[in-house]
Amino acid sequence: MAVFEPEAEGIILDAEETGGDVVGRSPWALAGRRLVRNKLAMGAGVLFLAIVAVSLAAPLYAHRVAHTDPFEPNLSGTFQLNGKTVQVIQQGGGKLGLGETPVGPTWHSKYLIGADQLGRDVMARVLYGGRASLFIGFGSALLACTLALVLALVAGYFGGTVDLVLSRLMDLIWAFPLYLFAISLATVLLARPTNKPLKIGFVTLNARSLWIPLLIIGLVYVPYVYRPIRGQVLSLREKEFVEAALAQGAGSFRLVFREILPNVISTVIVLLPLMIATTILTEAALSYLSIGVQSPQASWGTIIQDGQALLYSRPWVAILPGIFIVLTVLALNVFGDGLRDALDPRSKVRVK
Amino acid sequence: MRWRSLIPVLVVVGLTGLVLTACGGGSKKSSGSTTSSSSSAGASGGTFIAVANKAPSGSPDPQIDYTLQEWQLLIFSHDGLVAFKRAGGTEGTKLVPDLATSVPKPTDGGKTYTFTLRKGIKFSDGKELKASDVKYTFERLFKIKQSPNAGSWYNVIVGGDACVKAPDTCNLDQGVIVDDKKGTVTFHLTRGDPEFLDKIAVPFAFILPTGTPNKEVQIPPAGTGPYKWVEYNPNKELKLVRNTYFKEWSKDAQPEGKPDVILEKLNISVEGEVTQVENGTADWMFDLPPADRLNEMSTKYADQVYVNPLTAVLYFAFNVRIPPFNNLKARQAVNYATDRNALVKIYGGPKLGVPTCQVLPPNFPGYKPYCPYTKNPGSGKWTGPDMAKAQKLVAESGTKGAVVKVNTDTTDVNKAFGEYFIGLLNKLGYKAQPQFLSADIQYPFCQNSKNKIQFCNSSWYQDYPAASDFLNVLLGCSSYIPNSNASPNIAEFCDPTIQHKMNAALQKGITDPSAANDMWAEVDKEVTDQAPWVAMMNPKYVNFVSKRVKGFIFSPQWYFLIDQASVK
Repeated sequence: MAVFEPEAEGIILDAEETGGDVVGRSPWALAGRRLVRNKLAMGAGVLFLAIVAVSLAAPLYAHRVAHTDPFEPNLSGTFQLNGKTVQVIQQGGGKLGLGETPVGPTWHSKYLIGADQLGRDVMARVLYGGRASLFIGFGSALLACTLALVLALVAGYFGGTVDLVLSRLMDLIWAFPLYLFAISLATVLLARPTNKPLKIGFVTLNARSLWIPLLIIGLVYVPYVYRPIRGQVLSLREKEFVEAALAQGAGSFRLVFREILPNVISTVIVLLPLMIATTILTEAALSYLSIGVQSPQASWGTIIQDGQALLYSRPWVAILPGIFIVLTVLALNVFGDGLRDALDPRSKVRVK
Repeated sequence: MRWRSLIPVLVVVGLTGLVLTACGGGSKKSSGSTTSSSSSAGASGGTFIAVANKAPSGSPDPQIDYTLQEWQLLIFSHDGLVAFKRAGGTEGTKLVPDLATSVPKPTDGGKTYTFTLRKGIKFSDGKELKASDVKYTFERLFKIKQSPNAGSWYNVIVGGDACVKAPDTCNLDQGVIVDDKKGTVTFHLTRGDPEFLDKIAVPFAFILPTGTPNKEVQIPPAGTGPYKWVEYNPNKELKLVRNTYFKEWSKDAQPEGKPDVILEKLNISVEGEVTQVENGTADWMFDLPPADRLNEMSTKYADQVYVNPLTAVLYFAFNVRIPPFNNLKARQAVNYATDRNALVKIYGGPKLGVPTCQVLPPNFPGYKPYCPYTKNPGSGKWTGPDMAKAQKLVAESGTKGAVVKVNTDTTDVNKAFGEYFIGLLNKLGYKAQPQFLSADIQYPFCQNSKNKIQFCNSSWYQDYPAASDFLNVLLGCSSYIPNSNASPNIAEFCDPTIQHKMNAALQKGITDPSAANDMWAEVDKEVTDQAPWVAMMNPKYVNFVSKRVKGFIFSPQWYFLIDQASVK
């Protein structure tokens, strides 16, 4: 969970930043310069981009390399490996011939990491799964941050009853066990009859829509971002520059969007990668419980669940998406830390 | 009944035939190994340790519980007036006298049954069995209010309907006439019920001592079998020890048990269950072994594995009342397109499931092989999907493009079935969507017509060997109860012509069970033609026992007869 911890110690700037070179540079340019010089953070950023890139290339891999449809069961299929015809699902051996085992890693273009219980190419599914996991992770984090920012600005600036109502609402959501809340929401949405699909405005969401887990996860994380931003807004509202603007006759709109917002936006930007990491983990957990991304679509969480039944005989089915999750979350956390150091050196955001 | 979950089956009025003719649980050696039934062997004594993932769901009360898991233990702690013979193979479907001295022939047009109790039988609390205990038991069945089949199986007893309406004041003075001195019990029924003897041979009707609280008990009370319950902790274990008052009176109905103690340890992962049996720290796992351990069991522990066919069917039910499957051609199209071999592969391979197209399972009363939904029909066996015919039927039905929600639970195999059908329906031109729900809610959800399910995964395991237990319970008009979570006719199928034939078969069963079974075979065929389901396969059961277990017997009614296995 991302929380703010005020940094008691002063900030040590290097010689270049304390010297004349920094004169005239915008805070954003300075932050960019600091970020670029943080090699660990940049490495993590590159790793994250690489994961995004390979996930985006999933259709290319599936159709041009593996020549497979990763969403279509292939229980009776065969393929050629080193000149031999191999069954995708192989009957168990021994005296009894019990069980059916999917083909394991071939380390060739077809079934590189093997097949799952339905005979689908695991590597292709993991790449497609990355698209879903990243889309939901990024989308829900963005949704949570945007909603939290707007609500925190309103609550913090107007205070009084508005603040009281919004903050208690956030407390209520926060007090509810996160996964129980998400599971309840998802179950209600998934159980809707076909003739009563979920409609939001002009948009109709069916059970397969990735927007359902995105909205659920995004909504439950709003309070996590709302609280620290509201605190900052409350503090900024009392600052001299806000009072000065007020004295000059600035209206509420200008005060909020021109004076306060630019001062909290860096906090949101720092929080964003950390929230993406958190929401990716949440999506994986929900999908593992079968209430996130719905079959036959894949996400890293659903593939881990598929792999659970094969953990003993085909462990790679569960391990590979696990590796992708670990690398993605690690990359985002390290990059987020670097971003924090660069953008917001006066405070720290730590993942606990 | 269903496999593990409590099934609130408020079903059927009037089930069918005294059908214990050509039935059987199938007990044969399959290629290479072990299927079932070796004769009883091995010494007595020791502790038999079973392991299970969960406790039986629902109540421990024998008149409420409706799970195979608890029934497998109740059969050797309690007795009914009659019992299914404790034997493997076809013999295990025969009714034999248990607490009664003989299996009576009904009189008065099938409405009266008179039993004489054996003398000298005692409950595990030392009280002697009396005829009045029988009446007390049947009144309690209604008084506890939660017995799932009280209103559908036992309300046929005179006074039963009134007991359903006013359980607290239930009085069966007119329905169960007892004489403690003579030891006789006479049941008067409101109508002829060819399955009455089957119904009193299952645990709901096992005889309890007078004075057993008329409310749900938390551990099965005293019974007359060779074991008594001493612990029922759903978070830890179930434990039975020898009933010192027991003296064997019928080897067929209630033989003396082999182990001194029977212990079922709970809350163990299924993977853990396999490992414990492999290591010999447990003697038997209740749950089906996970798919990825089967190969290992098959190669390294083949001598400890028993594979037995079940009188059960796995199926997907169409909702025949709402689009697109209110169209017969659409339903038949999906049936033709289904590759049942692929589904068998998902289930664990051809050694664990046999493709089927019909409702009744093989070796069951009324079963005659019939499969129109296959390439080259005629043999009665499914040989392959006919995609061309399926696509033609979809085009003719005008249902192409319809949205279909595929409902199943999220357990590995059932989820994979769901994914298979999503792919298949999409191929046929439908827009299939998943509706995968937790196993705890999926079955009641599917039963409730309010939820307007379109295509739902389910399964059925026999309560007792009678065709009506499948056809009438699952597809009879009275089994469709609108807006109820206890409506086992998930397809909402009600064909007046077919129902008329079912009623006729039920009636025939009172006087001529064999002719009734022929009528049920015809009903099975006609139902299959109407395609309210995609019947997928008849499953087999994998029993995995430790090395020290001797004398494995598989009953088609009760499955593994735990108490007849020796661990010494």
